[in-house]
Amino acid sequence: MAPDRWIRNPRTGPDAGMDAAGPGTSGVPTAEQMVHGLRQTAHGEGLVELLTPEGELTPDPDYPLDVTPDLLKGLYRDMMLVRRFDREGNALQRQGQLGIWVPLLGQEAAQIGAGRAMRPQDMAFPSYREHGIAWCRGVDPTELLGIFRGTDHSSWNPKEKGFHDYTIVIGNQALNATGYAMGQRFDGKVGSSGPDALETDEATIVFFGDGATSQGDVHEGMVYAASFDAPVVFYCQNNQWAISEPVETQSRVPLHKRAAGYGFPGIRVDGNDVLACLAVTRWALDECRSGNGPVMIEAFTYRMDAHTTSDDPTRYRLADETEAWKMFDPIERVRVLLTRSGWADDAFFASVQADADELAARFRAFTVAMETPPPTRMFSHVFSAPNQQLERQQADYLEYLAGFADGAGGAADGAAHGDDAVRADAHAVSAAGGAR
Amino acid sequence: MTASGAPSAADVELKPITMAKALNMGLRAAMDADPRVLVMGEDVGTLGGVFRITDGLKKDFGAHRVLDTPLAESGIVGTGVGLALRGYRPVCEMQFDGFTFPAFDQIISQVAKVQFRSQGAWQMPMVIRIPFGGGIGAVEHHSESPESLFCHIAGLRVMSCSTAADAYWMIQEAIECPDPVIFFEPKRRYWEKGVVDTSSRPETVASSIVRRAGTDCTVVSYGPSMPVLMKAAAAAEAEGRSLEIIDLRTLSPLDIDPVLASVKKTGHLVVVSEAPREASITSEVAARVTEEAFYSLAAPVLRIAGFDTPYPPTRLEEEYLPDIDKILTAVDRSLAY
Repeated sequence: MAPDRWIRNPRTGPDAGMDAAGPGTSGVPTAEQMVHGLRQTAHGEGLVELLTPEGELTPDPDYPLDVTPDLLKGLYRDMMLVRRFDREGNALQRQGQLGIWVPLLGQEAAQIGAGRAMRPQDMAFPSYREHGIAWCRGVDPTELLGIFRGTDHSSWNPKEKGFHDYTIVIGNQALNATGYAMGQRFDGKVGSSGPDALETDEATIVFFGDGATSQGDVHEGMVYAASFDAPVVFYCQNNQWAISEPVETQSRVPLHKRAAGYGFPGIRVDGNDVLACLAVTRWALDECRSGNGPVMIEAFTYRMDAHTTSDDPTRYRLADETEAWKMFDPIERVRVLLTRSGWADDAFFASVQADADELAARFRAFTVAMETPPPTRMFSHVFSAPNQQLERQQADYLEYLAGFADGAGGAADGAAHGDDAVRADAHAVSAAGGAR
Repeated sequence: MTASGAPSAADVELKPITMAKALNMGLRAAMDADPRVLVMGEDVGTLGGVFRITDGLKKDFGAHRVLDTPLAESGIVGTGVGLALRGYRPVCEMQFDGFTFPAFDQIISQVAKVQFRSQGAWQMPMVIRIPFGGGIGAVEHHSESPESLFCHIAGLRVMSCSTAADAYWMIQEAIECPDPVIFFEPKRRYWEKGVVDTSSRPETVASSIVRRAGTDCTVVSYGPSMPVLMKAAAAAEAEGRSLEIIDLRTLSPLDIDPVLASVKKTGHLVVVSEAPREASITSEVAARVTEEAFYSLAAPVLRIAGFDTPYPPTRLEEEYLPDIDKILTAVDRSLAY
C-alpha cells in the first residue's frame, strides 16, 4: 500500500478529464469553480505576478521594474498588433489563402514580455508559435507567411534578427540553443565585468511549450546547459495543452520545479502578465549574460485558440475552461491600468487600433500577392555548392517541363502546370531524359 | 613543430602509420589551421576516445576545444548544431555506429536541413565521425553499417576512408567543408598501416578512385571492404583474371562517373559492402549503372553484401562479412553470364 503522499491528485489521475458523456453534463465544474481552480493553480507556490488580472500593480522586490506610461503603452501596442495579425492569419487560412496558421491567441503577454526583455545582442530559438517574439526581434509579420502559405520553410535572416528559424520538431531547438549559448561563453561574451557588460555580454533564450518538456532534447539541453554553464534561458510557455493532451499528461510536478533537478533556478511567472514576463525574463537573461546561467522560466498561460487551424479543441476541452481564462486576458488588464491611471486616453487606444487594422490589411495584401517560387528553388541550398547529381536532376526536370506545349513547365515563369497540360513531344522528352 | 606539438610536414618521415594515427594527425592539423574547430563527444578528452583517435588533443589544445560531453548523443549533435550556428566547426564523435541513433533526429531534422530551410543564411559546417562496421568481435550494436540511412537524407555528405593516407586528408577536407559530413571510419582498419605523405595534398579525396586498374571485371566498394577487394584482385590475377578495383570514398553525393567509365571498359560489375543489401549503397550503384550504362553491361550487376539480418553474434560474423571467396565467386558468375 503506497503512503498517502503518493496517491495522485484525482485531477491528474488516469481517469481525470472530460466526462464520458461530453461537455455540459453533470460532474463538470462550473465556470466559477473552474476560475477558482485555475487561480489556485496559477497562484501556486512562487508565482510571480506584477499586474493582476484586475489591473492592479503588485511590485515584487526580486524583479524590480520601472513601470512608466511609455513602457506600458508600448507593451499594449505590441500585444494589440500581434493579436491583430494573428487573427488575420486565422482568417486567411479559413479563406484558403494559407495552408495552415498557428495561433498565439492568449499568449501575447508571455511572448511580448520575453521578447522585449531581450537585448539586441541576444539570440532567440523559437518553436513555431512565436509570432510575438518574432515581432519583438524586428521580423516583419509578412516574413512569417512563407511557412504558412508554403512558399518557403523560413523567410527572415536569422543572423541579422537574432531570431533563429522556426523549429517544428518538438524540442530540437533546446539543444541547438544550448550549443549556441556554449559558443557565446567560449567566445568570452559572458561574465565580463566591464561597465558596458549589459550592452556587450550575450545570452540565449529558447522557447518551447509544456508538451516539449517531455522530449529528450529538452532534458538533454538542460543537462548540457548545466554541464557547460551555458548562458541560456529555457522559456517554457505552459499553455496547458499539447494539442489534446493536458499538461498533467506531461508532468506530475509544476514544470518550473524540474529546473532544481538540473541544478539551476526555475521560476513560475504569470504568463498573462506582460510586466512579470518582462521583469523575470530580463532578470534571467542578465543572470545568464553575467555568468550565472542557465535559468528556467515557466510562463503559466493558456492557448485560447486551437493548436493550429487544423485542430478541433472541442473534442478534448471544455468551452467553460476557455471562457474562464478570458478573465485572465493579457491585454485587458493592461488596458484597465492604462485607463484607470489616466496614462492613456481614447485617442491612444484609437490610434493603436488603427495601426493594428492597417497592419492586418498589409498582412492580407502581402499574402494574396505571394507567388509560387520557380521549381529550380528546390535544388538550391541543399549544399553550399552545386553538385553533379543535383544539377543533372534539375536539368532533366527542366527539360521535362519544357516539353509541355502550353509552356506551363517553363522554370522561368514559375507557373504551376495542371494535370491537363499537354506534352508537345513526349517521346523526344523521354529519349533525352534516358540518355543521361 | 607547430603550436599544438604536432609534427609539421617537414618532420614527417614517409614511414607507415596506422589509420588511427593518421586520423589523429588529421584532426590536429585541422585544429591547428582553424581555431574554430572543436572536438566533442563521449570520452574524447581525457581518455582520448575509446579508439584513441583523439588521443592527446585535450592536452595540446585545451578543454575548451576538446569537450568531454555528457552521455547523450542527441545532445552532442544538437549542441554541435548550435555551436556551428555560432561559427564553430564542431567535430562530433559517435562512440560506436550503433549508438548514433539517439542523434538521428537532430541529424535528419536539423543538421541536414538548416541550410536549405534558411536558404543559405546558415551553413552547417559539422563533421560527425562514426566508427562503423564489423569484424572486431564485439557485442551487439558495435558492428553496424548504417551508412545508407544517411545517404538517403538530402543535405548530408557521406564519406568513408579506407587507407591511412585518405583518412589523414579526408578528415581535413570534411572539416573544411561548409556542409555537414557524416564521416564513416572503418574501425576494423584503424590499426592497419599505410604511408601518409603529409606534404603533398591531393586536390580532393571526396571522389571515387581506381585503386587497381584491370580489364575483365569492375569491383566497387568503400571503407572496410577495400582491403578484401585488393586481396581478391591479387588472387584473381593468379587465376588470369584482371579486376578493376574502385573505392567510392564519397557515398553521398555519389561520384558515379569513374564507375561508369570502368563498366564501359569491362562490361562486368560486382558491388561489395558489408551493410545489409536492401536499399543500400550497393543498390544505388547497381541502379545508377543500369540507368546510365545499360548497353555496356555484359551481365547483370551482382552484389556481395551483408545479409538482410541484424548483425549476427561474433561467432557468425565471418559468415556475414564479404570475403575473398564470395567476391571471386561473384566475379566468376558475372564473367560466365
